[in-house]
Amino acid sequence: MMLSDADLSAIWLTLKLATTVTIILLLIGTPIAWWLARTSSWLKGPIGATVALPLVLPPTVLGFYLLIAMSPEGIIGQLTQSLGIGALPFTYNGLVFASVIYSMPFVVQPIQNAIEAIGQRPLEVAATLRAGPLDRFFTVVVPLAKPGFITATIMGFAHTVGEFGVVLMIGGNIPDETRVVSVQLYDHVESLAYSQAHTLAALLITFSFVTLVALYCFQRKQTPIAIK
Amino acid sequence: MSAVNQANTNYGIKAHLKFSPQKSLQDLLILDVEVQLPGKGIIAVFGDSGSGKTTFLRCLAGLERPQQGELIVNNSVWQSAKQFTPTHKRPLGYVFQEASLFPHLSARQNIVYAIKRAEGEVSEEFYQHVIGILGIAEILDRYPDQLSGGERQRVAIARALVVKPEILLMDEPLASLDHARKQEVLPYLERLHKSIDIPIVYVSHSMDEIMRLADYALVLQQGKVIAQGDLNDVFSRIDLPYSGQDEAGTVVEGQVAERDDNWHLSRIALSNQSMWLRDQGDDIGQSVRVRILARDVSIVLSVHDDSSILNRLQVTVVEVGVDTDEALALVKLALGDDFIVARLTHKSVAHLQLSPGMIVWAQIKSAAIVR
Repeated sequence: MMLSDADLSAIWLTLKLATTVTIILLLIGTPIAWWLARTSSWLKGPIGATVALPLVLPPTVLGFYLLIAMSPEGIIGQLTQSLGIGALPFTYNGLVFASVIYSMPFVVQPIQNAIEAIGQRPLEVAATLRAGPLDRFFTVVVPLAKPGFITATIMGFAHTVGEFGVVLMIGGNIPDETRVVSVQLYDHVESLAYSQAHTLAALLITFSFVTLVALYCFQRKQTPIAIK
Repeated sequence: MSAVNQANTNYGIKAHLKFSPQKSLQDLLILDVEVQLPGKGIIAVFGDSGSGKTTFLRCLAGLERPQQGELIVNNSVWQSAKQFTPTHKRPLGYVFQEASLFPHLSARQNIVYAIKRAEGEVSEEFYQHVIGILGIAEILDRYPDQLSGGERQRVAIARALVVKPEILLMDEPLASLDHARKQEVLPYLERLHKSIDIPIVYVSHSMDEIMRLADYALVLQQGKVIAQGDLNDVFSRIDLPYSGQDEAGTVVEGQVAERDDNWHLSRIALSNQSMWLRDQGDDIGQSVRVRILARDVSIVLSVHDDSSILNRLQVTVVEVGVDTDEALALVKLALGDDFIVARLTHKSVAHLQLSPGMIVWAQIKSAAIVR
């Protein structure tokens, strides 16, 4: 069974979305992970829990609230309108925003764990060797937390590829704009096009399986890095 | 007190630091230290665990931020009421208790990490010099997990030194090593002492290390300074908590004056007398340091030649004090410019009627050249 043009465009959109979301998450997730790993503030609990919420919430709940917030009357909607971006629901940008929230814990947690495992000592050592804060981050934290960053990248990407509930709630089903692979698959099933559904489903299973095998092989190869 | 005393003339570190950790409620150590330390030599910071010695060192480095304090090193202000220089802007070297090499870098890359961030240019010659002092030329291409504990610590010391810091801070650099590794690293530290002219603040709870290495001592107890001064002055005090320990004693400086190959002994000239000690291969004229434990010193009022004890020194009683053991007394004795301590029973003190000013003979059962 061949992939239709609509299927291909859904796959392309999915890859574009997952890549964008992963890059954004690495950029904003890293400082959050750093803060969570280092702080002794009482806010650590509430903020850590907020970041982790998508792990336990049904995606529809998250999608519902995001839809409300992003509507022209919502907080986020007001903000985006005043910034001239317009309303976010049923747009690609809205999907990116929602996916960033939804996939956040999968990126923040591995990085946070890796930074916690490094401990304070290597940073103190670097400081006594005249490395300033940014220098310490890039020459000590990043190389020592590399396994965490790689895990975070793979998990963030794979999880964004696999999302469905949030997309349906706030993205809808607009070709080339918000119709990602999981939604396209749902469409095929709805219209009883089972053979096309099989193709896409098999593709997603293969992708997920290969990704996880790659991740586990990588994690097995990594010995825990301890400072000696 | 020859070489030891010279350090006194040049004060390099002026510190007045008050620090209490905010978080740990169990461990309410409040550090309150006001000291002036010499600008060269090895300055030992001695004390029990929990006395605040590591905290003091971390405050010097800026790794802890004292709530109040003033710190001046070589005339530059590192901390004052208005200013706190962060660690990475202080020209210091720091050696942590457990060797703290970056695991993702080889030994050489660890050292290069420091060189890249050095203030001035590090000449190839000086780099080779440091590598030579620490004897690590052969292991530079290995990664930390391929090095022994002693080798890792030597690389860490080289990494701290290679950028020519104005001061080297060492936090029990040998404490995480077993006895054999300690003996492996100690000679390198002694060479360091001879070839590097920056002050080294050396935190330790090991009397052995301090006796071998230090010139000046600072004794902390519960965050406060209870004694400081030249090594001999501090460790000849008989009123400190550790004065009655088995390993308590002093070191005196001397030179090898004569070697007797027949008996395998060397004569060590002290400030006004000399001692015969086991020859350890030191050349004539070499400065050595002799460690005399209080428990190995006994006192006689007159000279007898019918004793197995070889060394009998004429000393003056300075002070008689009590030991922690109620049967024992500590007697401080002046030997030329230095002091030694004898640990005797109260019964003997009474029997000999020892009192300050008396001239007596100290019989030294054993003593060792420690450097």
